[in-house]
Amino acid sequence: MSMDIIQFAGILVLMTFMAILLGKWIAKVFTSQTDTMFERCTYKILGVDSSEKMNWKKYGLTLVLSNAAMMLLGYFLLRVQQYIPGDTLERASQTPDLAFNTAASFITNTNWQSYSGESSLSNFSQMAVITFLMSVSAATGVAAAGGFMRGFSRRSSADIGNYWVDFTRVLYRILLPLCFLMALVYIWQGMPQTLNADAIVSTLEGARQQIIMGPVASLESIKHIGTNGGGFFGMNAAHPYENPTPLTNTLHMLSMLLIPSALTYAFGKMIANRKQGWSFFAAFLVMFIGFLALVYSAEQNGNPMFSEMGIDQSHTSIQSGGNMEGKELRFGIAQTSMFAAVTTAATTGSVNSMHDSYTPLGGLVPMAQMMLNNVFGGDGVGLINLVTYVILTVFLVGMMIGRTPEFLGKKIEAREMKFVMVAVLAHPMTILGFTAIACLFPASMASLANMGPHGFSEILYAYTSGTANNGSAFAGLNANTPFFNLTIGLAMLLGRYFTLLPMLAVAGVMAAKRATPTSAGTLSTSSPLFTGLLVFVILVVGGLTFLPSLALGPIVEHLLMLAGKTF
Amino acid sequence: MAKKNIGSKNPNSSNSLGLIRPALISAFFFMAVCGLAYPLVTTGVANILLPAQAKGSLMEKNGKYIGSTYIGQSFTEPKYFHGRPSMTVGSDPKDPSRTIDQPYNAAASAASNQGALSKKLIDSVSKRAQQYRNENGLSDKVLIPVDAVTASASGMDPHISVSNARMQMKRVAEARSVSQQEVNELIEKNTEPRQFGILGEPRVNVLALNMSLDDLNTTHQVAK
Repeated sequence: MSMDIIQFAGILVLMTFMAILLGKWIAKVFTSQTDTMFERCTYKILGVDSSEKMNWKKYGLTLVLSNAAMMLLGYFLLRVQQYIPGDTLERASQTPDLAFNTAASFITNTNWQSYSGESSLSNFSQMAVITFLMSVSAATGVAAAGGFMRGFSRRSSADIGNYWVDFTRVLYRILLPLCFLMALVYIWQGMPQTLNADAIVSTLEGARQQIIMGPVASLESIKHIGTNGGGFFGMNAAHPYENPTPLTNTLHMLSMLLIPSALTYAFGKMIANRKQGWSFFAAFLVMFIGFLALVYSAEQNGNPMFSEMGIDQSHTSIQSGGNMEGKELRFGIAQTSMFAAVTTAATTGSVNSMHDSYTPLGGLVPMAQMMLNNVFGGDGVGLINLVTYVILTVFLVGMMIGRTPEFLGKKIEAREMKFVMVAVLAHPMTILGFTAIACLFPASMASLANMGPHGFSEILYAYTSGTANNGSAFAGLNANTPFFNLTIGLAMLLGRYFTLLPMLAVAGVMAAKRATPTSAGTLSTSSPLFTGLLVFVILVVGGLTFLPSLALGPIVEHLLMLAGKTF
Repeated sequence: MAKKNIGSKNPNSSNSLGLIRPALISAFFFMAVCGLAYPLVTTGVANILLPAQAKGSLMEKNGKYIGSTYIGQSFTEPKYFHGRPSMTVGSDPKDPSRTIDQPYNAAASAASNQGALSKKLIDSVSKRAQQYRNENGLSDKVLIPVDAVTASASGMDPHISVSNARMQMKRVAEARSVSQQEVNELIEKNTEPRQFGILGEPRVNVLALNMSLDDLNTTHQVAK
């Protein structure tokens, strides 16, 4: 127990230090005036003018068009996979609905996988489609956050920066160098990085074992630093080759938290109000610790039905105990439950355990964090989502005290509030709408692995994960059907662009506004009081929206477990 | 009027073309940078600096590959320590269109994905517990370590808990006609502590332990 708390605290302290270091660097990347040689060559090849200033519309349009082109290229490569030479295992091309789902999933930073990596992707596709889309989707998110923060830091300005410059710099100055170094550490710890597709061994008992491998480490490092989450192997970061030691597990968690937490610091630095950055960081952290405590205690307490069979689930110095179904021994309960909390907070979606086999309350945590979608959040979009709620809070509080709402010295008016409400509503409408449709669709019952309330949870989890661009799953659900591939694919696209674009619009509108001087009546948005209000608004809005659906799934399941009912 | 319209349209159309061209080029260019250059350079550097790990940490015995340090293997014989239950499946050698249980199939990782209230889960855990008690001669009163009866997430978990290993010690020692103390020493030798004393859980690598058991028997025979 004490060892577990030391691990939790240590990781959070390390995260805080790294957030400061990287936050400073990110702010520098977004404000620097000079281009490096590689960057100048890139602009030349793309044929873009790096000195061009873009308003939010052009910035957003460039983002969407380049993403669309990348998604198309990914789709095309998946469709022709079997014709590309070099794969000794001759894996077939993906079907049209599956390739659409995969391409949509990876360009939106979701990384939902309706396929299993070992059997359906060649090493070429793992690199040229998966690693490629993982890198560019993460760079897109961080670049958008760059434009967004710039919008808030400017006064009476018509532009929010240049998308190509932001995108290229994020890739060259942050993501690729970090990923390369991390990949080497991962390989040192035992992750393969090879172009061989497999190795055949003869086991001690004389059986034949075919071990699939490939360029795992380079995929794994961008997967976590880029808060992507799609696994090289079907069982994702639970597979020993994707996560060989407790150290790699810890580095995975720190990687996922790295950019989302650093962006709060970068935001504070760019708007020249570091206290504001810290108050955002605190809001993230408070919610995260609450959820971590819930999932850890639920999983460590284990399954009461196991105890009745004379099975020892206690935590001692010689075993981790707890609910070990669908978990790996080297991580134990502490590193597993923290991973589940981190991966759904930072909307990565990689898993080192099977969330489907969690206890009901343990499984509620990943779902709830994705529903809120702003406990740290993904690369770039986490901060953007939080600011959405900040503006909503400022607006609500402004109404209560009868003053014009202001954020960072700028008045919040009807136009921005409309954009904010589009972003706030797109998320639950997509999740709940598609879940309702899927529940009415008779064929979806055939996809369920579990019956009763847990079956409902499997569907709810799928659309929550898709919309929140998370990508983790209650993996018992067989989602590789045309219906699920299509609807989850749409949910991912809606969830990504209908929260990102309205908020870029807000940033553009804010950039154009003049600042009003602060007075005694101005509500400070960097005080602990405001952080408390912000967390309160997030939890109340999230609770009002999602509690009814959670009550039908994990909550009723928990009560049934206490009553000893099985399905 | 007409002139004005053309005048206002032209910059627009050249503008959208001006947006689409770099978007298309960027897809191919960044695919080459992130999808080819980055992983291939990493592969090259890794194979120079850390060749063993980069190729999957394969272990050799008498010139043949017998497994990977990180990938568990299926053990059923009493003289070997058994790993955790695995839910992986493979194609039936008699009829390739069907799949059958094939524990520790490293070509298709898999988990049960059964929820905590699943009848299937409760049934299989109960069956595994009964089998574990029979194999190791344990009475119904002895509590069984949870990792021995629950399936891992990957289906190829290379480790078991120390308490699980100790429960299997007697069976293995009897099957090999060696003393329990010798086996216990090997368990301790193959127990990996928490990494840096903090991270993860203490654990026993099953494949490494079983290999050292085989070595123990060879040295015994040589001694005889």
